[in-house]
Amino acid sequence: MSETAPTDGTNGVSGAELRLEDVVKKYPGQKTPAVESLSLTIPAGEIVAFVGPSGCGKTTSLKMINRLIEPTSGTIRIDGQDVREDSATSLRRKIGYVIQGGSLFPHMSVASNVAVVPKMLGWDKQRIADRSDELLDLVGLDPDRYRDRYPRELSGGQQQRVGVARGLAADPPVILMDEPFGAVDPITRQRLQDELISIQRELRKTIVCVTHDIDEAIKLGDRILILQEGARIAQYDTPEAILAAPASDFVADFVGSGSTLKQLSLTRVRALELSQPTTATVGEDTGPVVRRAEAAGDDAVVVLDDRDRPVAWPWLRQVRSNDRVRSSPRENLVTLDEAATLNDALDTMLTAAHSKVIVTGDRDRYLGVIDFEAVTEHMRKTEREAAEREAAEGGSTDG
Amino acid sequence: MADTQTAPAPEVTGDDEVAPRRSARVVTREMAIMLIVPPVLVAAVFGTFVWWRQTAELDSVEAQQLRWSELRSLGWEHVQLTVVAAVIVVLVSVPLGILLTRGRFRAASPVVIGIANAGQAAPSVGLIVLLFLWLDGGFWTAIWALSLYGILPVLRNTIVGIQGVDPTLVEAGRGLGMTSAMTLLRVELPLALPIIMSGVRTSLVLIAGTASLACFIDAGGLGEVLQTGITLFRFSLMVTGAVLIALIALTIEWLGRVLELATRPKGI
Repeated sequence: MSETAPTDGTNGVSGAELRLEDVVKKYPGQKTPAVESLSLTIPAGEIVAFVGPSGCGKTTSLKMINRLIEPTSGTIRIDGQDVREDSATSLRRKIGYVIQGGSLFPHMSVASNVAVVPKMLGWDKQRIADRSDELLDLVGLDPDRYRDRYPRELSGGQQQRVGVARGLAADPPVILMDEPFGAVDPITRQRLQDELISIQRELRKTIVCVTHDIDEAIKLGDRILILQEGARIAQYDTPEAILAAPASDFVADFVGSGSTLKQLSLTRVRALELSQPTTATVGEDTGPVVRRAEAAGDDAVVVLDDRDRPVAWPWLRQVRSNDRVRSSPRENLVTLDEAATLNDALDTMLTAAHSKVIVTGDRDRYLGVIDFEAVTEHMRKTEREAAEREAAEGGSTDG
Repeated sequence: MADTQTAPAPEVTGDDEVAPRRSARVVTREMAIMLIVPPVLVAAVFGTFVWWRQTAELDSVEAQQLRWSELRSLGWEHVQLTVVAAVIVVLVSVPLGILLTRGRFRAASPVVIGIANAGQAAPSVGLIVLLFLWLDGGFWTAIWALSLYGILPVLRNTIVGIQGVDPTLVEAGRGLGMTSAMTLLRVELPLALPIIMSGVRTSLVLIAGTASLACFIDAGGLGEVLQTGITLFRFSLMVTGAVLIALIALTIEWLGRVLELATRPKGI
C-alpha cells in the first residue's frame, strides 16, 4: 500500500523531475538569508509537501521555482533544464500555479479563468473551450452549470476547484501549490485533498505543495520536506519514514509522532475492508431493490447513476414510497475518496452525525461503505501491534 | 429537510457544492434611486422653466438674453467645454495614474498627488484668471484651466483603484505567466475601473460647475446668462443661469453614473 509513484518516467507519469542545487535567497539588508543553500531532488510524478513553521522559507523556496522570486545563487532545473534559460513569463506558462483560495480573477467567468494560460499560449478557441470543460469535469464541477458563472457566484470550495483547474489548464509537467486548501473549512478541505489525490492518480504530475499543516502534508505527500528556519532541511522522506523515525527532536516535535492517533492520518480508507450494502441504479423498479435489501438485511440503499457514481442514500422506507429509484442532487451526499485517511473518515462521521460513509474511487466511482466499527477496530489492532513491537524490542532502543 | 432522499447522509455542513447563486451584476436599491431620481427631477425643473419662459412678462433686455437660440448656443458651449475638458482629463490622468503605480515611479505618487491637491485647493476663478493673463482668453484657455482643475479626482482614483487591487491577484497573474502589460490590462485595470469611473464622474461634475466661470474670459457657456443678470441686476437672468447650470451638472452627473454602471466589469 505504498503511495510512492514509480519514478522511471514511464507508467503514465506526465510530470518532470525537479532539481534544486545550492539555491540561496538573500534579501538585501537582511543578515541571515531567507533560504540558505537548499539542495533537493523531486522525482517526476510525485507530490512533495513543503512544511515547516512560518517564516522557514518554504514559500520563498516554492516561488523561486517559477521565478516569482529570483534566487540569489544556485540552479533550479526542470527535467534537466535550467529555469533561467527561458524568459520568466514563458517558464511560468509551463508551470502550473495554484494559490490559496483559488485567487480567481473576479471579473472573468469560470471558463475564462481556466483559459488564462491556454489563451496566452495561443490555442484556438475550440481547443480552449474543450479543455476547460474537460478540466471542470475533472475537478467535479458540471461544465454546463458552472462555466459561465463568475467567481463570486461560487462557494469557497468551488472557487478552489476552479483554481486547481486553472493550474492544470495547459497540462504542465510541474505544478506549484501555495497553501492550496488553506482558505476553506475542514470538511471541504478534506474533500479537495481527496480529489487532488484522485486527480494525481490519473495525471501523475510533479506537484510541490506548500502547507503549514503537517496532517495535510502526511496525507498528500509522497514525500515530505520538513524545513527549519533558513529553509534548512530537517528531514526529507516519505510520511511513513518520518513518522516512524523522525531525524531530530525538531522533526519529532513538529510532526508529533509516536502517537497512535497520528497513524490515523497515515492509513487510507482503502486499506480497510469496505462493507457492501445493497445498491440500486437510478430509474430501476423499486420492487426488486426492496426485496434485495430485505434479503441482505439493509435498512438503506446506495443509489448509483449510470456512471457508477453514488447519487443518493435513501432509507428503505423512502425507496418503498416510490415506483422507481430516484436520484437527488449529488451535492447533498457526503462521500470519501478511497485515498482519504482514517482521520478524515472519523471527521466526516462526526460532522455528518452518522456512523457510515460512502467511499468512492476514480472519478467518483462507488466502492463501498466504511463504518465507525471498522475504523475503531483498525485503531485497536494498530495499538496492539505497536505495544507488541515495543515489548519485543524491549530496552534495546533508548530515547 | 427531514424526509429527503439522502437520509443516511445528512446535508454537508461545509459550504462546498451548495452554490450561492447570486447574480453577476448587482444594482442596489441606492443605485437604482440615483439612476431614476435625477432624470425625473431634471425633467420636472426644466418643464417648469419652459412654462415660465413662455408665460412670463419679460423686458427687452431679458427677452434678448433669454432667446431660445441664445440659450441653446450657450448651453451647447457649456457642454462642449465640459466634455472636451473631461476627455483631456481622462487622457492625461489615467496614463499618469498608471505610471505612478509602476515600479520606480511609485515613490513619486505622493508628490504628484500633493501638487494636484494644491491645484484643486486654489480658487478656480484665480486659476482661470492667471491662465487668462498668461494665454489670453478664449475656448482653449478655458479648457486648460478646467482640465487642470479636473485632473485630481481621476488621477487620485486611478492610483487608489490600482493600488487597491488585491496583490494576490496580481501575483496570480504573474505566476500564471502574464507579462506586466498583460497583468495591467487584464487584471489591474478592469478591477480598478469602477473606482476610476467614479473619479471621472466627480471630475465631470466639478468641470461642469466650474465651466460657468469660462464667460469671464470670453469662452462662453451658461455663466454668461448669470453674469449678465448680475451686471444688469436682472433677477430672472440670475435664476435662469443658476437653474440651467445646475440642470446641466445634474444631467452630467447622471450620465456619469450610467457610464460607471455600464463599464463596470461583470462579476464584480
